[in-house]
Amino acid sequence: MIHYLIDPFMDFVFMRRALVGCLALSLSAPPIGVFLMLRRMSLMGDAMSHAILPGAAIGYLLAGLSLFAMSLGGFAAGIAVALLAGLVARSTVLREDASLAAFYLCSLALGVLIVSVRGNSIDLLHVLFGTVLALDDHAILLIGAIATVSTAALAIIYRPLVLECFDPQFLRSVSRWSSPTHFIFLVLVVMNLIGGFQALGTLMVVGIMLLPAITARFWAQDISGLVVVSVLAAFVASLIGLLLSYYANVPTSPAIILMAGVFYLLSMLVGWQGGLLWQLMPRKHLEA
Amino acid sequence: MNGRPAIKFNDLTLGYDRHPAVHHVTGEVEEGELLALVGPNGAGKSTLLKGIMGELSPLDGSIDLDGLDRHEIAYLPQQIDIDRSFPVTVFDCVSMGLWREIGIWRGIDVRRKPAVTGALSALGLLDFVDRVIGSLSGGQFQRVLFARLLLQDARLILLDEPFRAVDTKTIADLIVLIERWHKEGRTVIAALHDIEQVRAHFPKTLLLAREVVAWGPTRSMLTPENLARAGQLSAAFDAEAEICERATPPQERESV
Repeated sequence: MIHYLIDPFMDFVFMRRALVGCLALSLSAPPIGVFLMLRRMSLMGDAMSHAILPGAAIGYLLAGLSLFAMSLGGFAAGIAVALLAGLVARSTVLREDASLAAFYLCSLALGVLIVSVRGNSIDLLHVLFGTVLALDDHAILLIGAIATVSTAALAIIYRPLVLECFDPQFLRSVSRWSSPTHFIFLVLVVMNLIGGFQALGTLMVVGIMLLPAITARFWAQDISGLVVVSVLAAFVASLIGLLLSYYANVPTSPAIILMAGVFYLLSMLVGWQGGLLWQLMPRKHLEA
Repeated sequence: MNGRPAIKFNDLTLGYDRHPAVHHVTGEVEEGELLALVGPNGAGKSTLLKGIMGELSPLDGSIDLDGLDRHEIAYLPQQIDIDRSFPVTVFDCVSMGLWREIGIWRGIDVRRKPAVTGALSALGLLDFVDRVIGSLSGGQFQRVLFARLLLQDARLILLDEPFRAVDTKTIADLIVLIERWHKEGRTVIAALHDIEQVRAHFPKTLLLAREVVAWGPTRSMLTPENLARAGQLSAAFDAEAEICERATPPQERESV
């Protein structure tokens, strides 16, 4: 039995690389997802992943299928959209979701235009769905570096970020950290999307960020608990997803995200923080 | 009370989109004063407090805080956009009142914990320490916010309608706290609507109705005539309003 779990990784280098890449992603992206969820910005990850496309496409135009050029382009496009949206939201009547929607839709349209004028549909599929079974050394290093920086930065801004999610008015009244925290957080979101898009693709990477975080809400009661549970869920989903794709010969990144989705559905049913089944079996109330 | 001004309003006009909500206010709040801000709805009470906090820039005139950094003011806003379903405990929420001291790095160690516990016990919250804030009632949550204010240890404290949706027992406890702040020489400004409460506990009153109607010792300011005048003045938002040419503050003019 245990052989079935281990052998693919013993036998094939590409499986080991895929596992390392996915575990690094699973360490850094889900905590970001936890804060996106707590700030009711869950859909913002999806919008940002679309916003990255034109940058990656321009990188591809200039340098071909170069990971570095595409990541750099994607990062620049993502940051530009995030900062512009944030600035517009903080200086006009528009709310952040509306200004973000406006910018990411323009960005997405531009990206599709560039890709379809110059690339072919196979390249587009790689960008959208990733190539986790073909990660080279550079890709692994990039993912590892991003995971390291992201986790460290999150630790540094943890306290103001929690306050910014929970009571931004108070944070503004006691310190100057409100805007910097918000922008650093946006940069971390973009960084993690970039880290993931080589492996899982620009669309699927949002799944590894948010599904484990949302799953964790059914198990943990405080933020540190949410972070731990979400990372564990992402680890296990990556492992099972990789094995599933190996044995059943299905595409890897959808397999991983679907596993995370299965965890979500199970947690929604049996999670002990408000899972549906517990609500169907009401227990007797307490005395006080 | 040493009579030094804690806040000076110099011909201050605050408003939204060029329409004044607080019109030509001039005057001083002395250090250590306990001042009630009274006036009908739309009188500009919240606007004045937001102006002091710097959330709103003056359309005209200025506010002088005697060198006090705005981040050192403790402020309880009226509209609180706190997400009550957020997974945070009462202890964590209250302890953020220590922000000026701990910033983003320093922990709540053995030395600082008694301060937090003290604030919790002053508001009768010791039984709730480990509860998440989502499980509290409105009044209990208001106590949490006051405990956080208490920890902020601020020289200037601004309270915007602090007693809304709070039962009489809680109001009594919160007033004890406000009077304690007053005795400690802190400057407290509270926007209130219950005139009897103001008469009973607040030595000074600023009666506002977009303009200053009366400002001074509570007993001689909260007269039926002044209150009626405040009611009349507060109405008027005029979309076609002319540009205001008034040069001198209203206190110095003959009353119309």
